[in-house]
Amino acid sequence: MAYETIIGMEVHAQVITASKMFCGCSADTSAPPNTHVCPVCLAMPGSLPVINEAAVRATIRTGLALHCEIPPHTKFDRKNYSYPDLAKGYQISQYDMPLCVDGWIDIPDGEDTKRLRIRRVHLEEDTGRLIHEGAHSLIDDNRSGMPLMEIVTEADLRSADDAWFYLTKLRAILRYLGVSSGNMEEGAMRCEANISIRPEGASTFGTRVEIKNMNSFRAVRQAIAYEIERQRALLECGEQVHQVTVGWDENRRRTVFQRSKEYANDYRYFPDPDLPPLQLERVMVEDMRRQLPELPDAKAERLAREYGVKGDDVALLVQERQIADFFEATVKAAQGLEPQVVANWMVGELFRLLSEQEVADGEIPITPQQLADLLMLLHKGAINAAAAKEVLAELFHRGGSAEEIIRRRGLRQISSESDLAAVVAQVLAENPQPVADYLQGKGAALGFLMGQVMKATRGQANPQVARQLLMESLEGRRHDTEE
Amino acid sequence: MPLSHDQVLHIAELARLTISEEETARFAEQLSDILDYMDKLKSVDTTDVAPTAHPLARQNVTREDKVRPSLSRDEALANAPQQQDGFFQVRRILE
Repeated sequence: MAYETIIGMEVHAQVITASKMFCGCSADTSAPPNTHVCPVCLAMPGSLPVINEAAVRATIRTGLALHCEIPPHTKFDRKNYSYPDLAKGYQISQYDMPLCVDGWIDIPDGEDTKRLRIRRVHLEEDTGRLIHEGAHSLIDDNRSGMPLMEIVTEADLRSADDAWFYLTKLRAILRYLGVSSGNMEEGAMRCEANISIRPEGASTFGTRVEIKNMNSFRAVRQAIAYEIERQRALLECGEQVHQVTVGWDENRRRTVFQRSKEYANDYRYFPDPDLPPLQLERVMVEDMRRQLPELPDAKAERLAREYGVKGDDVALLVQERQIADFFEATVKAAQGLEPQVVANWMVGELFRLLSEQEVADGEIPITPQQLADLLMLLHKGAINAAAAKEVLAELFHRGGSAEEIIRRRGLRQISSESDLAAVVAQVLAENPQPVADYLQGKGAALGFLMGQVMKATRGQANPQVARQLLMESLEGRRHDTEE
Repeated sequence: MPLSHDQVLHIAELARLTISEEETARFAEQLSDILDYMDKLKSVDTTDVAPTAHPLARQNVTREDKVRPSLSRDEALANAPQQQDGFFQVRRILE
């Protein structure tokens, strides 16, 4: 039987601020345990939380970027539960009046796009970090009270690929806005998926399972694909899916049972009496909307239109704002060069170098001017493509200027026919067997002879000119033998 | 409005408290008294009063995103019954 998959996602993203959500403790997570804590985030009696205005603004900007409405009234509520990850016995969150509601985001769907509805974006505080060790659990409250955004979709996703595209797009938007690093491996972005399947065409939903503990984009894709298959297998042999929470086990590549949902959570939400509500002025919200940066979709559309860059390349260039900016700056600095050439070198060589090296996302160790200079030299024929790759690698790892590296390493291309003719004559004289092979119709011998020419010139020969000369000489000999 | 025996046990469980049978009965009575007292609010006429989430007529109380000094770790851990390597230590929690 054919089944349809229904997925809703909840993403938690740490908000980049200097201080915590409700107190002045530093929001730096790299400090030794329990050194960024105070009476507020340790829940000492008599302490009072005060809302961090920067975190509110970051959340509103995120909502605006996701096409949400920003209701004029919003408030914070207490979500009550007893667990040592929060000393207060409750988490300050938002229940029925979140900062942002009813938005959407478009994700790729084959050649087309698909629109996912965003139900809400709200602001809350993060919990402390727990480490389980033997008979004990250890608590570090540095993370306790850090600002955390929760972004919730409607159940509009239909596959593991949808989830992957959604997270990739959402992360790009968060990073463009500068509101979160979106780093899943470091826990700055965490996601949960609610998954159910139903026979195609059915109007009611199946029983849903919640997946947690997916700590990378790859894990999300694998975990969801695994869970869809698990549910299908259950239904196909006439069994039932139970409403449970499962965790993704990265090592065993499977989801494992965490807890049953039969014991429903009872959070007893109520408005936090310590925090007066917020009234958001329309003028302020509209001001923030105007100040949003150009976001990935708009940038992709513009790069394709203004520079005529291919769609696949545009998609790669706009994933990080710094990369897209670097592309435009390079095009500007390389006057007269086709923008697509810049795109090719960035998506090809530069991305390869970036992926080989542990650099922070979006950071590029060379300047647009350095790349532009190099590509102009290539364009003018001063070096060949192989040499340009070498120069780029050196610029990337050690810096310097393309001109200087080319001079020092003797990479300047030999394009003069008279210089190359001598080399070609010498190679042919030294390799009688391959020459004979070629003349007997073994085309592969030409590649060998080209290699010899490149070797003799230490890679500096202009390949087009060298190949032309080589062919002419060889064909000349064919006529000699035939006559 | 009397609170049932089971409701009291449920509340105790949410608060991770173990209470005896005798306490359950006693708390049921006391909590019911408190609820009855709160019910008196229902007798106030609120026809012309706008709903609010907060008792004070204040709003938009926020602070600038500035770091202020935290406690020292020794101060933070001073009252902890158990600690280990700079962490608070509790009995192992199972997820």
